[in-house]
Amino acid sequence: MKVQSAMFYFPEEVIEHIFSFLTHHPDRNTVSTVCKAWYKIERLSRCEVFVGNCYAIRPDRAAARFPGLRSLTLKGKPHFADFDLVPPDWGGLAGPWIEAMARSCPNLEELRMKRMVVSDESLELLVHAFPNFKALVLVSCEGFSTDGLAAVARSCKSLRELDLQENEIEDRGPRWLNSFPDMCTSLVSLNFACLKGEVNLKSLERLVCRSPNLKCLRLNRAVPVETLAKIMNQCPNLEDLGTGSLLADQFSEAYVSLISALQKCKKLRSLSGFWDASPLCLLAVYPICANLTGLNLSYAPTVQGQDFINLIQHCVKLLRLWVLDSVGDKGLAVVASACKELQELRVFPSDLFAAGPATVTEEGLVAISTGCPKLNSLLYFCHSMTNSALITVSKNCPNFTRFRLCILEPRKPDPATNEPLDEGFGAVVKTCKNLRRFSISGLLTDQVFYYIGKYAKALEMLSIAFAGDTDQGMTYVLNGCKNLRKLEIRDCPFGDGALLADVTKYETMRSLWMSSCDISLRGCKALATKMPSLNVEIINEWEAEMEENLNNGVAEVISNNNNKHINNGNDERKVEKLYVYRTVGGPRTDAPDFVWTL
Amino acid sequence: MEGKSSYGGNMEYLKATELKLGPPGTDILQEATSGVSTRPKKRAVTGPTEQHTKSKVQVVGWPPVRPQRMNSFRARRNETVDESGGVYVKVSMDGAPYLRNIDLKILHGYKELRTILEGMFKCSSLGGAEGYDEEGYAITYEDKDGDLMLVGDVPWEMFVSSCKRLRIMKGSEARGLS
Repeated sequence: MKVQSAMFYFPEEVIEHIFSFLTHHPDRNTVSTVCKAWYKIERLSRCEVFVGNCYAIRPDRAAARFPGLRSLTLKGKPHFADFDLVPPDWGGLAGPWIEAMARSCPNLEELRMKRMVVSDESLELLVHAFPNFKALVLVSCEGFSTDGLAAVARSCKSLRELDLQENEIEDRGPRWLNSFPDMCTSLVSLNFACLKGEVNLKSLERLVCRSPNLKCLRLNRAVPVETLAKIMNQCPNLEDLGTGSLLADQFSEAYVSLISALQKCKKLRSLSGFWDASPLCLLAVYPICANLTGLNLSYAPTVQGQDFINLIQHCVKLLRLWVLDSVGDKGLAVVASACKELQELRVFPSDLFAAGPATVTEEGLVAISTGCPKLNSLLYFCHSMTNSALITVSKNCPNFTRFRLCILEPRKPDPATNEPLDEGFGAVVKTCKNLRRFSISGLLTDQVFYYIGKYAKALEMLSIAFAGDTDQGMTYVLNGCKNLRKLEIRDCPFGDGALLADVTKYETMRSLWMSSCDISLRGCKALATKMPSLNVEIINEWEAEMEENLNNGVAEVISNNNNKHINNGNDERKVEKLYVYRTVGGPRTDAPDFVWTL
Repeated sequence: MEGKSSYGGNMEYLKATELKLGPPGTDILQEATSGVSTRPKKRAVTGPTEQHTKSKVQVVGWPPVRPQRMNSFRARRNETVDESGGVYVKVSMDGAPYLRNIDLKILHGYKELRTILEGMFKCSSLGGAEGYDEEGYAITYEDKDGDLMLVGDVPWEMFVSSCKRLRIMKGSEARGLS
């Protein structure tokens, strides 16, 4: 009490100055709840806001609360949308957010969005409404075209960052690169690797020429080696490079030019791209490998076998490596012996339909864990895994914060013992006390969930597929994982009992996703009734389609107010997809006809 | 588990007392409200209970790989054409230690394909040693859509343009196809 009244007499500027040392969002959120005065000071001085679920709050409310906002991060669709489990037109629209910001937050400089739908019109509005706009980062977004990019290029007077990662962008021609005005010299980071179409190479060269501050440049596949060489010669200070197509004739001028250009780039730390990489072009890369901290070969199936080994053995400072499983256990063994500092490894599947000789198995993973004890982040696709391998891996690498293992065949047991993989994954949660993200696969019973609930106290995100036996499995997780924020489940036999085991838990989490499980409409309705602070949404494309057919092909928009389907009496129907999240924004007003809020 | 069986029991009761809007004998509406059992094509078949590791299992969204990566695999498969215009496809045979590559463009039909394949794989350990019945295997291929097809159904030209890789299946798996 004494402290509080003493603080009350501090001038606002002093309190604001104290708050400026709080950079962690949760801390700022906490101080804003202390008292009205602090709430006001905090909100007016807040520069960065992170909204993990764009439907957790209405855009107007967020914009009005933080008028001084400079940087906004937004996430839209649930994670499983990445794997086509969320129908198109589900939502996650950026438009309302950009409009709300345009009304209330004129100082906006940075916008980062993930899994949202952005239209070209919204991009136009973005660059005209915010005179200081500097950085646009779009990850896994869709709904816009190269025309929208042209608008961004054209109008941003001091654009620093345009970072497009894995978006679906409609190609309307290569002219967008021409749209950067001649006076634009402020670019620090440009990434258009996900663009599928051609780019105007001359415009690209000219843009790079007049961007002395360029540190990160990621090209798309349409950029040939000739252009890459010219560009590299212009930016010796480049730190992060994504190549275009690396196909080149060994006697070509382009190849020779590339070698000398690369050698000049003393600051280069991160490489990606490598499309169509010929072994000769890889030779050009060897001289800079010793300084690399990041290497992404996951779009380069041509880099395998001895070519991969020759390349990777030089990369002694590597921290982050993304590869395809075509490098094989042999390739991973070389990684283990060369890359002692490795912290993050991702091994993606290259051929989804055959377990050929050159894919990875548990041996590769064990080798990595033995050679790279600093490993803390793993994504590993393989055809099989054993309990003993997982136990060994967790002993060798107790520092995992992210552990995602995907065995390609659902419900596959340990091939050595024919047993479930409960013990193996159990060992991971027991040993890795800092585990924040976990994805499990293979044959798994309720036992693995018992272990997760008991040991994974730091766990924030859990992804489960084709696992478990009874409701008890899910209940273990809900009861035990105190820090759980996101739970996503598909094809598991969890029913209403599990869903309703601890309903208040969902208020402490960002979201729950359940698809192809055993929950019924009755269970979902019960949840919605008990917890009004949650949006309980079910996605039933099938029934919406039925409605269309019944009306003789005349599509009828079923608004959320029309309870025809929800209340036609048959509550025992299984719910195909359920998405539950906490919100202060009430039910969605933009939900399509196949999304029903209960 | 208990929940499951009582759910089943309720369904029988509900079905019996349900009012149907269509004339007797039409099943459309009954399907519309019966829930899990009669889901149409959109519902995925979950998990392979059969032993076909190579046949395509149509599980939606599995493995959890982004569409951009999936598409780049497919795009890559379409690029097995070399500069001289040959169409090289990999050929695997169950049990053989390594795969082969053949150029479909130089062949003129199915009979020639069969002859070439017999020649290629006769020396593998599963070839002559056990005196296997020549009709005990089936030649299959993976087409542009990723489906496993039996060789010989479509005209030769169409086959060459859509074949991405060949697989010689043996024994019991093969019998199921013919």
